Amino acid sequence: MATPVLDKVEAESAASPYITVTFRIRRFNPEVSDEAQWQDFQIDIDPKERVLDGLHKIKWELDGSLTFRRSCAHGICGSDAMRINGRNRLACKTLIKDINPDKPITVEPIKGLTVQKDLIVDMEPFFQAYRDVMPFLVTSGNEPTRERLQSAEDRERFDDTTKCILCAACTSSCPVFWNDGQYFGPAAIVNAHRFIFDSRDEAAEQRLEILNDKDGVWRCRTTFNCTDACPRGIEVTKAIQEVKRALITRRF
Amino acid sequence: MSTNNTVTDSSAISDVEGESLYDADFPAPLIEAPRKRTGKTPKSTRGNFEMAAWLFMRLSGVVLVVLVIGHLIIQLVLDGGVSKIGFAFVAGRWASPFWQVWDLLMLWLAMLHGGNGLRTVINDYAERATTRLWLKGLLYTATVFTILLGSLVIFTFDPNIR
Repeated sequence: MATPVLDKVEAESAASPYITVTFRIRRFNPEVSDEAQWQDFQIDIDPKERVLDGLHKIKWELDGSLTFRRSCAHGICGSDAMRINGRNRLACKTLIKDINPDKPITVEPIKGLTVQKDLIVDMEPFFQAYRDVMPFLVTSGNEPTRERLQSAEDRERFDDTTKCILCAACTSSCPVFWNDGQYFGPAAIVNAHRFIFDSRDEAAEQRLEILNDKDGVWRCRTTFNCTDACPRGIEVTKAIQEVKRALITRRF
Repeated sequence: MSTNNTVTDSSAISDVEGESLYDADFPAPLIEAPRKRTGKTPKSTRGNFEMAAWLFMRLSGVVLVVLVIGHLIIQLVLDGGVSKIGFAFVAGRWASPFWQVWDLLMLWLAMLHGGNGLRTVINDYAERATTRLWLKGLLYTATVFTILLGSLVIFTFDPNIR
């Protein structure tokens, strides 16, 4: 009599998509301690779900004090870049099944920026570098009454770098940025590239001069960490090299 | 940060029963980035030096591949290898202006290439301004000394010296 019941339970567990996953999260709370520590959470989750769903589950069901940024949760806003299993990724674009759920999944804040709480870092230096490269259209003369037209080829020239969502995954994976935080960082250079190679823009020379600085493109060591980290698949290192080439060819 | 935050017992795990060292009004000191980029970060005006240095590294690297490999083959492989090297061998080579120019070029390029590489490493790794200053001072002194001494030897070499 007990056997059918057991069978049923077994059959149910075999059909259930849920697996038990350990999340090892780097916690930091300045109101408790000045040191960060690892904390493990075990949750049952469908491996086809994302790391962000796991974090939600922890925050909503296990520990409401877990703090992290996320806005759109669909890989567009760039709020939830974090270091998952030692690599910078967007938590909302990383499926559990893709990062070996048999082992604990480590989740840390991105490196090189001041941690404020748990997975939240101070993004201000990152955005300051972004502002420093003038990420806006600069033109002279009267404003046209219609759109500023551009050929498809001219648009194609900088298409790759328009995809940036400013998640900081590239900049916070760059060892030169980790060192002293003065380097402009890949993200700022990508966004400068987007305007430098825009045929409608007229301040390319100014932006190149900014990136010719001591902490500009010449500090790039071509380690390709940024290209590996970019959740949008932008060829970041290539964009940086193109800026370097523009700097050299414009002067010689 | 406030001096009150000097923690002697920096146990990471907060004591639930005991009193926490930090609370909402008195949070733990944040670890600041060593040199934070802010709106007030001074703008550097170093012209094209970094670009010149970057270009120099690439160009001198290409030339050095030829110079150094040629040098190593002549010195260590051809004609009996390292055992043939002596005062007479060097004197014989430096009798020709071609080898004088070769060695002089190799000395200057290798020293400047290596010196600039080390300058980059110091810039990347030295965190404090004073460490940076001293390391770079040492580096520049050593580079200039070696270049000057080497050039002096090549230009004033006298095969009949006693």
